[in-house]
Amino acid sequence: MSEYFQLFKTFAKIGSFTIGGGYAMIPLIREEVVLKHKWLTDNEFVDYLAISQSAPGILAINISIFVGEKLKGIKGGVVAALGTALPSFIMILVIAIFFKNFRDNELVNSVFMGIRPAVVALMVVPLMNMSKNASLNRFTSFIPFLTVILIVTFGVSPIWILLSGALLGLFHFYYTNRAKN
Amino acid sequence: MLYLDLFITFFKIGLFTFGGGYAMISLIQTEVVVNKGWVDASTFTDIVAISQMTPGPIGINSATYIGYSVTGNVWGSALATVAVTLPSFMIILSIAFLYKQFKKNRWSEAVLKGIKPVVLGLIAAAAILLVTPDNFVDWRSWLIFICAFIASWWGKISSIRVIVLAGILGWIIYYI
Repeated sequence: MSEYFQLFKTFAKIGSFTIGGGYAMIPLIREEVVLKHKWLTDNEFVDYLAISQSAPGILAINISIFVGEKLKGIKGGVVAALGTALPSFIMILVIAIFFKNFRDNELVNSVFMGIRPAVVALMVVPLMNMSKNASLNRFTSFIPFLTVILIVTFGVSPIWILLSGALLGLFHFYYTNRAKN
Repeated sequence: MLYLDLFITFFKIGLFTFGGGYAMISLIQTEVVVNKGWVDASTFTDIVAISQMTPGPIGINSATYIGYSVTGNVWGSALATVAVTLPSFMIILSIAFLYKQFKKNRWSEAVLKGIKPVVLGLIAAAAILLVTPDNFVDWRSWLIFICAFIASWWGKISSIRVIVLAGILGWIIYYI
């Protein structure tokens, strides 16, 4: 099977099964890209995630372009992004044209009432695996907790926290280097 | 010039949203409901609900739906969807190039070292923010949550299977 088709198929699968937005996609992307196809190591995956999250735009599209580009250059990026977007594009188009009252359907509603709590559970699992690969030490392990408090309690925009994280990384590097000299 | 307007609006949305789908929703609302008046507030709420109920990124879903509602045809849909993803292509492709060049650079390594723990926190925060009365309607939702966690963590069952099984479980519990 051609690598382009493999790339398209993988991201179309990810795009067809994620419900609840970009973050809910992370466990699926990791399963396919890191565990199954081994296109990235877990460490690279956290890098890609950090960069995609710091850039503007749709998180899932950003990651797919990034992974596609690594494997097959610009064309790979286009193919992967197309894979991610096409299933939702077709599904939404069908709903917009034919089923405007899709939301009031009791059967559809009951299925989604089952799926939504499961999606939250699926987001917790890769967190535990990824925290092993994020090279946390006793200084940096408080950062995830602080991030959660800032976002959940104070409603701080993620971009400010990402910027502060980047600055913290730079300062730490600068001072440890200066201390050595 | 409706099509040009649609393109510019969604390009702007793709370029200026940081921080995931929910941040994008508020920007889309400002542009599409308040500034342009293309759809009214209650239609917009329906669009958000449908986007959340269907698979795929919320940004893509809303662009596709609004593109169709505004123009009444498939091309409007396609145009809005392409427009919202175009900034990502330009930005991520440039970053991907820089990443290859500077991967071994000690300064960029330092930046990434600071960002990585934040990303873990972002995912955890996103999970916590999804624990809403809409998503967890009663104690049976928590039962599904625990089953899904066990299936994925100890059972090593793939996410797609867990989602399909949870859907079936929802159908059995809430419909039959």
